Amino acid sequence: MKILVCISKTPDTTAKIAFTDNNTKYDTNGVQWIINPYDEWYALVRAIELKEADASIALHLISVGGADAEPILRKALALGGDEAIRINIDSDDSFVIATQIAEAAKTGGYDLILTGKETIDHNGSSLGGMVAELLDLPYVSLATKLELNGTTANVTREIDGGQELNEVPTPVVISAQKGMAEARIPNMRGIMAARTKPLKVVEPVACEALTTTVSFELPPAKAGVKLVDAENVQELVRLLKEEAKAI
Amino acid sequence: MILVFLDNVSGSIKKSSLEALSYGVAVAKQLGTEAQALVIGSANSDLTELGNYGVSKVHQVTGPEAFDAQAYARIVSDKSNELNASVVIFSHSLMGKALASRVSARLKAGLVTGAVALPDTSNGFVVKKSVFSGKAFANVKINTAVKAISLNPNAYTAVLGEGKAEVTTTTVSVDAKVKVVSSTKSSSDRTLTESEIVVSAGRGMKGPENWGMIEELADVLDAGLACSRPVADAHWRPHHEHVGQTGVAIAPNLYIAIGISGAIQHLAGVNRSKVIVVINKDPEAPFFKAADYGIVGDAFEVVPKLTAALKVGA
Repeated sequence: MKILVCISKTPDTTAKIAFTDNNTKYDTNGVQWIINPYDEWYALVRAIELKEADASIALHLISVGGADAEPILRKALALGGDEAIRINIDSDDSFVIATQIAEAAKTGGYDLILTGKETIDHNGSSLGGMVAELLDLPYVSLATKLELNGTTANVTREIDGGQELNEVPTPVVISAQKGMAEARIPNMRGIMAARTKPLKVVEPVACEALTTTVSFELPPAKAGVKLVDAENVQELVRLLKEEAKAI
Repeated sequence: MILVFLDNVSGSIKKSSLEALSYGVAVAKQLGTEAQALVIGSANSDLTELGNYGVSKVHQVTGPEAFDAQAYARIVSDKSNELNASVVIFSHSLMGKALASRVSARLKAGLVTGAVALPDTSNGFVVKKSVFSGKAFANVKINTAVKAISLNPNAYTAVLGEGKAEVTTTTVSVDAKVKVVSSTKSSSDRTLTESEIVVSAGRGMKGPENWGMIEELADVLDAGLACSRPVADAHWRPHHEHVGQTGVAIAPNLYIAIGISGAIQHLAGVNRSKVIVVINKDPEAPFFKAADYGIVGDAFEVVPKLTAALKVGA
């Protein structure tokens, strides 16, 4: 059994969001980079749990990006991956990223490909579906539970107003979200071991970007809060009805 | 033409899909073409009524018994090719998220997910989308002839007019790999991302036993229920109610936050709400800076009063 976990580098959740170059680039000044929380807390940790239950599982990590993505891959290795692949290309087009991952997965013979449900910077929610389509594999998205049973994956996914249990044959692509696992902190033994684990750099395949990010903008600033006295909630109701027209 | 995929959940077309339909009709007007709808599965309602939203034709495809992203993507892509669609539109819903990405890869159609506005066609085809978990927007240009967009729920208002659509039904045989074993419904069948009003509470409520007043307020407003991350992590409330950067991102018309301090990660998930009301006993709570209206006071006193005042006004 081989598992591939897709890892993306994102700004820390408390990072300041600002733009440079006439609002065309994200200002990375002073930004701490982390593993995208959905990739780490849910997809990666669940994969590690599966490996802990079955030592024969090989757990590979993949990230598409420049050399600055390597600290993130080392951290993921410290948490518990066996080896990592970095595809050496920077792109903000999800199809380009998906194409690189699908290409690497074709030769890897993976039974399970895991991604987070989305990254917290692009909010694309598109990588898993694109990889699945490019590999012609089934895809279960927004999964909250995952169990493996031989060549069958039992996946619980979010549906409108509830949860659904799916049974799907491997190989399969699954996107993970909250509920799948609990966040972990790498221990010193893991950090030391990660230093010598293989991290392979692969050159990208040619692929045309289907989209281009032209510019960014920040939401308009709020006018400021209007405070209502705690003894006068009727006034809040009136404001919500007549001024905000929200109820 | 513009093809709009409508989420069919147990025979009903979702509200967010009707928003996507109106959005598709508006895009069609921009491009001087027409919009048509695609529904997979059998429907409980009269699909000709979708004409009220401005589409002339509804393509209904039956065959699949349950949602399988792979099988659905083939159907949507085949229909798009057959009809020569220039733009395929989805709702950025649970189903749309799984499907739009597959269709995009299958058709090699550039995709913008989580769109919040109509495309700008003055210089190419540029779609504004939410990024950085609601903390910013990106304008993304689609470079391909066939384009795909998924529209954020509550980002575009469904426009109801009058009309009848012509419905053509075809049946396909599918080889779905995903089998549904069972499903469970949570207490509320309202999807949080679709709720127009959301009542949310945090650690200030002190314990899960105090949620009764929050539920009562939500009931009187017909609102969805949400909570902050510490509350979900402590298992006071189910995970699916957690809104914020690592939970669900929502954009209701009205968001009422009770006993939530307003950490940056929480704000990221809710700051696209049109109107934000904050009730907190700490006047220094950072949430007040992001709010439109606020009450500095004890939630245990303010919330029941607010519920009572709303009942009187209703």
